Amino acid sequence: MNKFHLTRWLISLPPTLFLLIFFAVPSLIMIVTSFRFPGEYGGLAPLTAPETTVAEGDSGLYGMTLEAYQFFFSDILYAEIFLKSFVVATASTLICLIMAYPVAMLIAQSAKKYRNLMILLVVLPFASNFLIRIYAWMIILGPESAFSHFINSTLQAFGFEPVMMLFSPFAVLVGTVYVHLPFMILPLYTNLEKHDPVLLDAAQDLGANRWQRFWLVTWPQSLPGVFSGSALVFIPVLGMFAIPDILGGTGDILIGNLIKDQFLGTRDWPFGSTLSIMLMLAVLCVTGLFTLLARPRVPR
Amino acid sequence: MALLELRNVIRRFGDFTAVDNVSLSIEAGEFFTLLGPSGCGKTTLLRMIAGFDVPDSGQIFLDGQDIANTLPEKRPVHTVFQSYALFPHMTVTDNVAFPLKMSKVAPAEIKKRVEKALEEVQLPKFAHRFPHELSGGQKQRVAFARGLINRPRLLLMDEPLGALDAKLREDMQRELISLQKEVGITFIFVTHSQDEALALSQRIAVMNLGKVEQIGTPSVIYGTPANRFIADFIGKINLMEAQVTQISNTAMTLEINGLGTTVLPPKKEIQAGDQGVIAIRPEQVAVHALAKQAEIPHAHTGKVLDFLYVGDVTTYVIELDSGIQIEALLANSSPGRARFFEVDDPVIVSWPQEAAQFLVDRP
Repeated sequence: MNKFHLTRWLISLPPTLFLLIFFAVPSLIMIVTSFRFPGEYGGLAPLTAPETTVAEGDSGLYGMTLEAYQFFFSDILYAEIFLKSFVVATASTLICLIMAYPVAMLIAQSAKKYRNLMILLVVLPFASNFLIRIYAWMIILGPESAFSHFINSTLQAFGFEPVMMLFSPFAVLVGTVYVHLPFMILPLYTNLEKHDPVLLDAAQDLGANRWQRFWLVTWPQSLPGVFSGSALVFIPVLGMFAIPDILGGTGDILIGNLIKDQFLGTRDWPFGSTLSIMLMLAVLCVTGLFTLLARPRVPR
Repeated sequence: MALLELRNVIRRFGDFTAVDNVSLSIEAGEFFTLLGPSGCGKTTLLRMIAGFDVPDSGQIFLDGQDIANTLPEKRPVHTVFQSYALFPHMTVTDNVAFPLKMSKVAPAEIKKRVEKALEEVQLPKFAHRFPHELSGGQKQRVAFARGLINRPRLLLMDEPLGALDAKLREDMQRELISLQKEVGITFIFVTHSQDEALALSQRIAVMNLGKVEQIGTPSVIYGTPANRFIADFIGKINLMEAQVTQISNTAMTLEINGLGTTVLPPKKEIQAGDQGVIAIRPEQVAVHALAKQAEIPHAHTGKVLDFLYVGDVTTYVIELDSGIQIEALLANSSPGRARFFEVDDPVIVSWPQEAAQFLVDRP
């Protein structure tokens, strides 16, 4: 028994150290960074800058400040970008869920020998580079594409104005849904595949029609899959920057873009760190909520 | 009018005929069992009565209406599944309330009826538990309560006791009989266990290879099996190849291979020369020590080959001088007395002539 425990500890030590060093330590560095002053040419200002701190009568935390947080809360713009990111992430999650559910059900109810092939097809897009796929959407949604021509001529035929699909929130949604759909399908499939088909027979036998069988038997049992799929879509979408960069217009900045700009554009590390921390807190709240909701009902 | 009537029901899967021209009728209030080995078509038949399968031809009448193509959810027929099929995400109460919710019964009425149903199956304390917190026997009771709560015309049961251990199964059998008497609902029970069928049913239909071989009360099925298959399938029985040598209006003379002739009352549609088996139950066979031979008519000598002691009874396998093996079942009535005979003991066996039956082979 003791030996078993020891082995378990030894095996789990390297990954634990890995996580500690490459997750916990950088997080700590980020937290510290968010309380410091930005350097004149990017990076951070030196911790000991006596002439400024003495002049301000700072009591000892040399070079530490709440400036970045004050800045974050002083401008409604940032709250708006956070809100917009949440809206985009929620919308992407819901669209992914609605699109993934029938696919996952179809795979789960197919003959066993075809299931692996179908799963392979679902993850096949990962074989080509993420950026290339997003640029492909740029062409598809662009004004010169056959798809755009078709949409616009259809709209005009019904007397509507032609639309510009690229560089719009619509294009961002198309991109996020397209990229994240497999992350919704896979956990849903894993869950649905475990359902006992005799339960549907039982429900039907006891008087439930097709609709009732889905909402009263399949859906409630699939909730853990729904929640884990939603987390796998919602959280990455909240922090992403490449898709809005490429497919979105100038007004479609999300938190991810903002953070990226702080480090690569404005070179304001403390503010970038502050934004990252706020995002992390938001994500923690959301995942906490998800775990709470997805938790199996505790037996009395 | 019968409650349920099947007329010439046929169901094929590819080249395989799972249910082959079955006709039977079941009266209201009956406890009816479909009995047969696995693959005999009993479950397919049950699925067609429930509506999960549709016959290729033939009709299924419930209360005089052909329901062969009615959807399962529209039939006043409920099923208790072998795996119980309780909804794992619902409490006992919600499981039992499910059929009432489906038929849009008012919530107050549902509450009242669920409480009463749980009392009937002695589970009121478990109302708020989830299925995974129940034992096999408790799940079983919930499944029955759920199947019976909105008083279906028919309750179908697909080997519902199969997953229980022997002791619990016996208890559940007794409970099932009293439950059925109490609610007065017609039960159709599917099983491959002949013990269970004999213990529970008012009537049994024995099925083999998609056909119904015999329908009758347990005592008729056990006492006068219609053919070699049923004799062999229901309980233990000694079968000895035999041939009809002579038949008249009053008697039928048979030649049993290696045992000489025997005379039985005549049966219909049997002619001299017909082949078949003489069937005799082990409990009808008497075994005596060799010394008494002179006093016993129709006796055969042999020796004990083997025996199986199971507590209340001992089964002896006896090899007759002609090489035929016969099983005899003797009750160990006196305490402490494990057996009457040892292996290799010379014995004589006999049976009352009227206990033997001739089962003719039909091509």
